[in-house]
Amino acid sequence: MKQSQFESHYQASWKDFASKLDGLEKTGKTDAAHSKGFAADYRRICQHLSLAQARGYSNYLIEHLQQLALRGHQQLYRHRSTIGAQLVGFLLSGFPRLVRAQWRFVAAASLLFFGSLITMGLLVYLFPHLVYSVVDPQQVASMESMYDPEASRLGRFSERGAGDDWMMFGFYIMNNIGIAFQTFASGLLLGLGSLFFLLFNGVMIGAVAGHLTQIGYSETFWSFVIGHGAFELTAIALAGAAGLKLGWALLAPGRLPRMEALRLAAAVSIRLVAGAAVFLLLAAFIEAYWSSMTFATPHVKYAVGAALWALVLSYLTLAGRGVHAPD
Amino acid sequence: MPHIENSPEHATSQTSAQPSAGLLDTRYQVETPEGIDLTLRPAGLVPRALAYSIDLIIRGVVMGLMYLLLGMLGKLGMGLGTILLFLVTWWYMVLFEVLNQGRSPGKQWMGLRVVHDDGTPVGWPASLTRNLLRFVDILPMGYTFGILSCLNSPTFKRLGDIAAGTLVVYREEKPQPPILPEAEAIRAPFALSLKEQRAILGFAERANGLSKERRIELAGIIAQQLQVPAEQAEHRLNGIAHSLVGPR
Repeated sequence: MKQSQFESHYQASWKDFASKLDGLEKTGKTDAAHSKGFAADYRRICQHLSLAQARGYSNYLIEHLQQLALRGHQQLYRHRSTIGAQLVGFLLSGFPRLVRAQWRFVAAASLLFFGSLITMGLLVYLFPHLVYSVVDPQQVASMESMYDPEASRLGRFSERGAGDDWMMFGFYIMNNIGIAFQTFASGLLLGLGSLFFLLFNGVMIGAVAGHLTQIGYSETFWSFVIGHGAFELTAIALAGAAGLKLGWALLAPGRLPRMEALRLAAAVSIRLVAGAAVFLLLAAFIEAYWSSMTFATPHVKYAVGAALWALVLSYLTLAGRGVHAPD
Repeated sequence: MPHIENSPEHATSQTSAQPSAGLLDTRYQVETPEGIDLTLRPAGLVPRALAYSIDLIIRGVVMGLMYLLLGMLGKLGMGLGTILLFLVTWWYMVLFEVLNQGRSPGKQWMGLRVVHDDGTPVGWPASLTRNLLRFVDILPMGYTFGILSCLNSPTFKRLGDIAAGTLVVYREEKPQPPILPEAEAIRAPFALSLKEQRAILGFAERANGLSKERRIELAGIIAQQLQVPAEQAEHRLNGIAHSLVGPR
């Protein structure tokens, strides 16, 4: 068959396919009647392309068909984004399962983060002057004023008084999720970045906690942080675990090429980070609307905080174990 | 089977097959389940940097305007502003890439789009990965790691792209139907291979883009085989092209 015959014979079907593509590309969906037979049309385009190549038709025709095939491919193999349902399934079962599946990295990151936090806290508590070799004096002073038992509101921005929960909420989101994202992303530097951020944050938080306990602000401090800490600290450890996984894929790719190992590891660890981001969102909410309130007595706060820690730990260890997990 | 790998014939057939595929060309082939090759054209450093700059400017302007507006709302406004800053910093690219067929406004302007390595539109996990890892690409300053990685990769991938398995490609433009130069259809004096057939058609289709002298020069190369004087070779080639395409 000569090229011109081939073209005139199939021109109409190509035009029709192109118009279907236009509709799909513009809106993302079209009415069912119009896209009926899309898959069959796409296969036919692929066949025409192969024919055109095998028969040595002109470049223009081949390029035209190639474009139709590419656009068809992109619509046919589009990754379906039923984000709502996926998110619910992920939170109910996928995320805790993932955390358990990656327990090695989670354990390593937790050990680094909580280990350095507790060690530094104890050291500062026992040797008070140590705090000044980690945190600069100005920051120590501002921390002290934040958790002064005389203050009516607690936490960052406490001096601004009431009515700014929104501002604090925004600040916590920006600050904390930013830190978690950094901890994750810097894992690409052979894991060193994650290692640094985990230890750095652990040491800083530990030093401040030890110092404030030592100077006698323990009730205001601990009752403030215990609630949102359950989500916030866990999330930082999880983001660190995701970063360590990235770094490990580069250091010890196993039987895969490094780039391939990295790609596979990233696909898993991005899900860990997404879960950690949800945790941090919750933490920011709790920090702004519960932790900073002074109407609840410290005992109530300790009780709620303990309940939240139990909730987080049991969620991560128990959720999604059922055979018929919710999808 | 080492004896096959060591045999010289095998080695030569390997190397002789390579050059045709290894032209100085950035095109990237993806084989689909339907058994055809899709051709993607990865975009290089400069268009990507320009697209990024445009996005940066847009984000700057949006943030400036919102701060002016939200500033009037006091502390609520500051809170909203910080959340907005967070969204713009970490989610601007992700939202546009996933919801707008892989195109942030800057990329749209430059005619680029983000796709998975297999040519399918980018999804949430991949887009999130490549944009979170941007944090490493900008290290230690001014996108140094990203630029090094981009220049070092045959498909211009920055580190985030490598980890996410994504590509930034040129959006395909609709090809213009070419007009073959007028000539009497005539059969080739000898059987043409597929490659020769494509070359002759390509010559005729691109005639308008070549100067007269260049056309004569190119056609002159095979004047002898066509059994015509060099001046008529071009006309003869166009004639053969017409006969290959067939009657309109």
